[in-house]
Amino acid sequence: MGTEVLKDPFVPEIYRVESVRRELADAVTLELAPVSGKRPDFRPGQFNMLYAFGVGEVAISMSVSAHEGPGFVHTVRNAGAVSGALARLEPGSTLGVRGPFGTGWPVAEAEGRDVLIVAGGLGLAPLRPAIQEVLAHRERFGRVTILVGCRSPSEILYQHDLEQWKQRLDVNVEVTVDHAGTDWHGNVGFVTTLIPRSPFDPANVVAMVCGPEVMMRFAATGLQKGGVPASSIYLSMERNMKCAIGLCGHCQFGPAFICKDGPVLPLDRIAGLLTVQEV
Amino acid sequence: MQAFKAETPGFVTDTAGLQCLFDVLADEGYRVVGPTLRDDAIVYGDIDGVTDLPSGWTDRQAPGRYALERRQDNALFGYAVGPHSWKKFLFPPIETLWSAHRGADGAMSVTVPERPADKFAFVGVRSCEIHAMAVQDKVFGEGAYVDAAYAARRSDAFIVAVNCAEPGGTCFCVSMETGPRAAEGFDLALTELIDAGEPMFLVETGSEAGRRILEQVPHAAATAAQAEAAMTVSERAAAQMGRSLDTSGIKELLQSNPEHSRWDDVAARCLSCANCTMVCPTCFCSTVEDHSDLTGQNAERVRKWDSCFTMDFSYIHGGSVRASGSARYRQWMTHKLANWIDQFGTSGCVGCGRCVTWCPVGIDLTEEVAAIRAVPDEGRSR
Repeated sequence: MGTEVLKDPFVPEIYRVESVRRELADAVTLELAPVSGKRPDFRPGQFNMLYAFGVGEVAISMSVSAHEGPGFVHTVRNAGAVSGALARLEPGSTLGVRGPFGTGWPVAEAEGRDVLIVAGGLGLAPLRPAIQEVLAHRERFGRVTILVGCRSPSEILYQHDLEQWKQRLDVNVEVTVDHAGTDWHGNVGFVTTLIPRSPFDPANVVAMVCGPEVMMRFAATGLQKGGVPASSIYLSMERNMKCAIGLCGHCQFGPAFICKDGPVLPLDRIAGLLTVQEV
Repeated sequence: MQAFKAETPGFVTDTAGLQCLFDVLADEGYRVVGPTLRDDAIVYGDIDGVTDLPSGWTDRQAPGRYALERRQDNALFGYAVGPHSWKKFLFPPIETLWSAHRGADGAMSVTVPERPADKFAFVGVRSCEIHAMAVQDKVFGEGAYVDAAYAARRSDAFIVAVNCAEPGGTCFCVSMETGPRAAEGFDLALTELIDAGEPMFLVETGSEAGRRILEQVPHAAATAAQAEAAMTVSERAAAQMGRSLDTSGIKELLQSNPEHSRWDDVAARCLSCANCTMVCPTCFCSTVEDHSDLTGQNAERVRKWDSCFTMDFSYIHGGSVRASGSARYRQWMTHKLANWIDQFGTSGCVGCGRCVTWCPVGIDLTEEVAAIRAVPDEGRSR
């Protein structure tokens, strides 16, 4: 990260859309390849700034591990002008990419310990590379649990991956939805309700949490109540971001710049601010 | 009283020598910028010579107030800082970062525009402003990512400091340990000494470039009395601060009081106009605007100064994170005086007083800190 000294960090590289996969009614997954040169290496949890021509730039995490393919894979929800333009891109079209930026999930630090993944909604996207890297070296970790919460069954992301992970005997996968019809036979309730009945040793677990801020706040509280120290709980934070390189000031969360000190931050670093409104 | 001692007696020159300095700097390819009168304020702009300086003028400053007044003498630097700071030259308010083009095949390409290679000579830089530049150097030049354009403009700049003789009514550089006497960070430093109503200058050199330029300017060795007179100017200035700020434990004080009722109190007065952030010499926040031309084939990305007082600043899908005025004021002041220390190892405030003077409702951050300090650890206000 930041090793290519001569590269102007303000200037995007041009990437081509290799494929588009519709994930949800309002979300697609874009597979990107550099028009020239090589995609830089990156760690799970890091993000890129994606530029839609003439419209603008947004921060989107990589949603497939660097070890799984030669490009960047991003899942984008149509939530505004820029993400909407990105979600409408077709195979063969070009876009700008700056990155990778930010901190990653503590995958290496979790070796020898239990791993607990807690995802809310689209929060599964930034966590998928971490899950892939854990499962690629499954023997290095203790018990692995993946908890996923969504608003409704139609909003469950990466159903194919979830099915595959569920079929493994060495991973505990639980999915829950906030609201469901009679055709849903799974868990109903917030994802935080799954935490107390998940198999992990609170003293020897690394929890990686990503979702809406309110969900992460409840998850953090639940984990701490279950005896997990704040230093073992990691959250991926979101704030408005313009430069992604610590120069524009937009993404501050207290003393932290989410772009360079985050997006993945240990709870003990931000716990005091997580319960304060409008930080 | 704060006492100053000259390292070396230095040199003296007069108004003609100052004019010669401007000429030498221009000959050396510098774009000379300094204080000048415009729109009833002393601002920083291009100057050709001594006649462009605000001779015989001073300013009166108070919270929400700024007015020029005639002086009894012809001092060239007999005022404090105005609404401008040097950041507008080093960190331009509007700068095109790059432009993009979409070819006939729809493929995008990006080009970085040639930037004007201005080599600035800043004349009349106050000690607080030297510290402000050092603060922005840490932000733009010393992190993992560097703003190369800023760094180039900064390293090329020639700094002619002027030691303050008359601090403004909102100045508190002594509290911030950033003045009034420039200790380093300049090529040349002047102290204006008024002799029978006419200015003359004690000159100190702060760099090899400064010594080289001074060699081309008529000057004489300063007498011990002249050097002492210059020190007296700074001592008097240090004793005339319009404001003071108790900085002891200020980081912990503000970081531990995010729910203090004073934030609502100040928000009831604050207009969220962003003046404080625009005049602040260290505020570095920026936004970008992306737009395309009518053909839709050409686009550019423009960086502009931004302010944490706007609603857009903290917008993420679903709304602004800092929707209330109290959250925005808290962000600005806590960042400036506390979080900045965690981020950059220094306060973000240099005590120049601009945010106090140019606040249309006269909010005084030294008063706001004092109010929180008076009743710290207050419980939840909301």
